[in-house]
Amino acid sequence: MQPFTYERATGLREAAAAVAGRPDAKFISGGTNLIDLMKLGIERPGHLVDISRLPLAGIADAADGGLTIGAQVRNSDLAADMRVRRRYPVLAQALLAGASGQLRNKATTAGNLLQRTRCPYFYNPAMACNKREPGSGCSALGGFERSLGILGTSEHCAAVHPSDMAVAMAALDARIETTGPDGGTRSLALGELHRLPGETPAIETALAPGEMITAVTLPPPPSGRQLYRKVRDRASYAFALVSVAVVVEGDAAGIRSARLAFGGIAPKPWRARAAEAALTAGPAGEAGWRAAADAELAGARQGAQIDFKHELLRRTLRHALTETTRPG
Amino acid sequence: MEKHIVQGRDTASAGVIGRPLDRSDGPQKVRGLATYGHEHVPERRPAHGYILGAGIARGVLTAIDTAAAEAAPGVIHVMTHRNAPAQPAFGGPTVPEVPQVFTRPRPVLAGDTVHYHDQPVALVVAESFEEARAAAGLIRCTYRREPGSFSLHGGLANAYRPERANAGMATDSVIGDLDAAMASAAVTLDSTYETAFGSHNPLEPHAAVAEWQGDRLTLYTATQTLANVRAGLAATLRIPADNIRVISPFIGGGFGAKLIVHAETVLAALAARAIGRPVKVALTRQQMFANAGHRPAMVQRMRIAAGRDGRLTGFGHDVIASTARIEEFAEQAAATGRALYAAPNRRTTHRLVRLDTHRGEWMRAPGEAPGLIAIECAMDELAEKLGLDPVELRVLNEPARDPERSVPFSTRNLVACLREGAKRFGWDDLPRRPGSRREGRKLIGYGMAAAIRANYLGATSVRVSLDARGMVSVQTDMTDIGTGTYTILGQVAAERLGVPVSAIRVELGDSDLPRSAGSGGSWGATSTATALHNACAALRNKLLTAARDHERSPLRGLDLGAARLERAALIVNRRSEPLSRLVAAIAPGGLSAEGSAQRGETYTAFSQHAYGAHFAEVSVDLDTGEPRLRRMLGVFAAGKLLNSKTARSQMIGGMIWGVGAALTEETVLDPRHGHFVNHDLGDYHVPCHVDVPNVEAVFLDEHDDKANPFGAKGIGELGNCGASAAVANAVYNATGIRVRSLPITLDKLLPGLPVA
Ligand SMILES: Cc1cc2nc3c(=O)[nH]c(=O)nc-3n(C[C@H](O)[C@H](O)[C@H](O)COP(=O)(O)OP(=O)(O)OC[C@H]3O[C@@H](n4cnc5c(N)ncnc54)[C@H](O)[C@@H]3O)c2cc1C
Ligand code: SF4
Repeated sequence: MQPFTYERATGLREAAAAVAGRPDAKFISGGTNLIDLMKLGIERPGHLVDISRLPLAGIADAADGGLTIGAQVRNSDLAADMRVRRRYPVLAQALLAGASGQLRNKATTAGNLLQRTRCPYFYNPAMACNKREPGSGCSALGGFERSLGILGTSEHCAAVHPSDMAVAMAALDARIETTGPDGGTRSLALGELHRLPGETPAIETALAPGEMITAVTLPPPPSGRQLYRKVRDRASYAFALVSVAVVVEGDAAGIRSARLAFGGIAPKPWRARAAEAALTAGPAGEAGWRAAADAELAGARQGAQIDFKHELLRRTLRHALTETTRPG
Repeated sequence: MEKHIVQGRDTASAGVIGRPLDRSDGPQKVRGLATYGHEHVPERRPAHGYILGAGIARGVLTAIDTAAAEAAPGVIHVMTHRNAPAQPAFGGPTVPEVPQVFTRPRPVLAGDTVHYHDQPVALVVAESFEEARAAAGLIRCTYRREPGSFSLHGGLANAYRPERANAGMATDSVIGDLDAAMASAAVTLDSTYETAFGSHNPLEPHAAVAEWQGDRLTLYTATQTLANVRAGLAATLRIPADNIRVISPFIGGGFGAKLIVHAETVLAALAARAIGRPVKVALTRQQMFANAGHRPAMVQRMRIAAGRDGRLTGFGHDVIASTARIEEFAEQAAATGRALYAAPNRRTTHRLVRLDTHRGEWMRAPGEAPGLIAIECAMDELAEKLGLDPVELRVLNEPARDPERSVPFSTRNLVACLREGAKRFGWDDLPRRPGSRREGRKLIGYGMAAAIRANYLGATSVRVSLDARGMVSVQTDMTDIGTGTYTILGQVAAERLGVPVSAIRVELGDSDLPRSAGSGGSWGATSTATALHNACAALRNKLLTAARDHERSPLRGLDLGAARLERAALIVNRRSEPLSRLVAAIAPGGLSAEGSAQRGETYTAFSQHAYGAHFAEVSVDLDTGEPRLRRMLGVFAAGKLLNSKTARSQMIGGMIWGVGAALTEETVLDPRHGHFVNHDLGDYHVPCHVDVPNVEAVFLDEHDDKANPFGAKGIGELGNCGASAAVANAVYNATGIRVRSLPITLDKLLPGLPVA
């Protein structure tokens, strides 16, 4: 069998060093993504560093009024936290829209951010895939494209990042805290964590070898109303075709501030800056909302199988804005 | 060898047939004591086989390098076409006689030709499953790829006419002149419907454990029909069927995907013989999609001609379906309408398009499930054209006799189902104008459809025995695929022999037992119950004869003409002799008798079907187009029920299948590589709980005296007949958008939804 060794991490720095020390080593948290991929031979780590028992499972109030979420906090615990439910409802909604109850009980905050794409060709070792085997080609493009992205893709890979949680976090301006093998720490914006595929779709994040996510920090809750809307082929237990996270202040007269992030359409949780700008600058009401979506979709990938995502995104955004700007 | 016996728990006997008894195998299953195919423990320690599938769909395997795999840890044997034992040739895409499809040899690793994607090209046998799988990943295959056909649409122009459709049905039927009827009718409908590839996806994957003792093979597996596996395997291994014992006591669902022998079974047997040790092989979920059957994709043209009054003057159904180049499967979708509505001019046809996939197989309600999607959506469209209520249109076209065979119906209560369903669902008060009902941002719609499903009977034998403790055992190689066979056979024996259900032990799924027709075509329950009924009658005769004649019988010499079997006793006049005491006296070794069921005169002299009517309410999100079921009612007339609880479960399960085919389920065939793209349960969307809220099934009282002594009909497939059309019609009613290509996913609705 594909042999691998396993160790239980004893500390943050030790864990980071253990992974940095071997090119074929990987962290394992809940294992809900990594183990599936190992069974299919898509991930073939030679060494696993189990970080699930590290003391990173707490949710703490930050001095600035925000929240610090440990990397090991389970998706179900995060969704149930009263501070999250009251102050960051978009995040609780996104978490509960993902996977299933059983999976959320195992899945962790960092593991969720770093889960890999669900592109069905990536999942099939018989198919060429630039993400799985750099340079082998992309068999999804030109094939069954329904799950592929329309923004931020490249001709080498158009797979999307599947997380719901990360989309809400993108709208909330979350930051990622990490520890490196030398014990050094750094903080980066969530938007800097995932890389676009470009010519190197196998390189998915900005993390250095062995760099471990220790926490996600949320700034104080932005004012305005929040909503997560996930659109999918069945009512539960399916990945997003399109999802929209909004944090909005405004009403029928116009939108004063907006933070928007989209899921299911891009290789990373997609913070929609162009749409945000258009929304606050443009006319009030549905015409303005549509123009905002169009601003984001300018240059989006087209094709017979994916064009519906353009209109779906416009309409889902309209729904979310209608709900969040409704009087009362 | 472990014995797999399921004993009943209820104390009832008289009148127990039909009662909603809990499943007698339930406790074993929930406690993990029911042994499924892959879990069986053979006498010697088994090795594990892992199948490597072809990475191309059509071409030649020009080289296969197994050196690294052979050297990998734990590996015992690597089998490819180069070293696999010789097997008989598979033969052509069709067989001379219909039943031969179940018994023909199905060689695996028989040559270097690749016929379909994921076709087995190697079996790695190792000490553990993980070692076998890892070693399989080290095999290097070189192929010469040949262009293949992977698109039904691409082949429509070259569709061919098969000799016959599945189950030996006629390819075409022509009565009167449909074209003339279409030309002269006041109202006509001509529209085409598309249905997708579907996959059975039973929860339990296909699995086999093979163990040889000399030239005799014991095979533990998961199959619906032991006799098929035995015959197919015997033909493939070129050994007498009597040398094979098949054991399959518990099966985690089949749905038609476990009717014939598949690659894992053949390979387990070949490998076990090659290494002289038992071998276990299972298909992975992904491998099931290519290697264990699918429902063909279809393009179905409906032409219906009607008078202003709504009476049909012409009914036409032309089906073009995918088939495999390697083996033909002509799903009988166009046969569905041959018994459904009256119309003087009729034409139904089947044509096929050859693709380079593995063969299609019998997927729950083959024929009716896709056929009724076309027929019942077309009837909905016609009703609107005529300005008639869809229920009334169906009632208007109720035939007095089978419209194509001109024989009487055995029982037919379609109209009663329609009426009862309409009443319970509140149909008459619902808006018929499409797109006219909104709740917040949801469009709400209602739809209905009729259900029809042929009633079959398969030759079956059952043995029933009574021992000196008064315990009854029922034995047959019939299977319980999760449907309730164990339970209903206990009920039948209890009632017929006058003993409590708890005194009945049922033993199934062992080919050493009397041969049954297995579970398939919805015939398992009625065929087996009928054979058991006859076995009980034979046993009763033996008992009475011995009781009258045996020298140690307490009832010796009595006239037993009026004797009754009740409360575990033989009762004659005012004497009651407990069965245990009686048997102990007259047959200390017990008494046993066999009974059988076979098709009789009424089978062909009458048109036998079960019927139903589905009513569905759906919502469609105005913003996103997401279609979701809100509630569904099915009303069915299927003869006498053997157990109203397991019967209801069958119907609800079937209806959920229908919802899946209507809204979410589609197996996607890649048009370039020829592989099924979404080959796991994450991407193949079976409805989950929130997709099927509030699904209700109701049966009408019915007794079909032409069917069998119980008056029962098959029900396993009735639930998903027509169910998809009811949902599709509801989506139309909600939105005013007629989607004629199923499943109805939101992208098909979006372009037609109102902008605001
Ligand atoms: C059937 C199914 C359906 C699903 N549906 C959804 C859905 O609808 N929406 C959704 O959002 N998700 C869905 N998921 C995905 C699920 O959310 C992820 O599998 C889960 O969040 C991963 O978390 P984990 O802790 O199990 O990660 P693991 O599998 O343990 O790890 C995933 C990756 O993250 C790395 N990693 C883990 N922790 C760290 C760390 N602290 N620092 C650095 N690297 C780390 C690992 O090395 C690995 O590469 C689904 C999963 C399944 C199996
Ligand atoms: S889209 Fe990306 S992940 Fe999918 S096959 Fe192409 S390269 Fe691989």
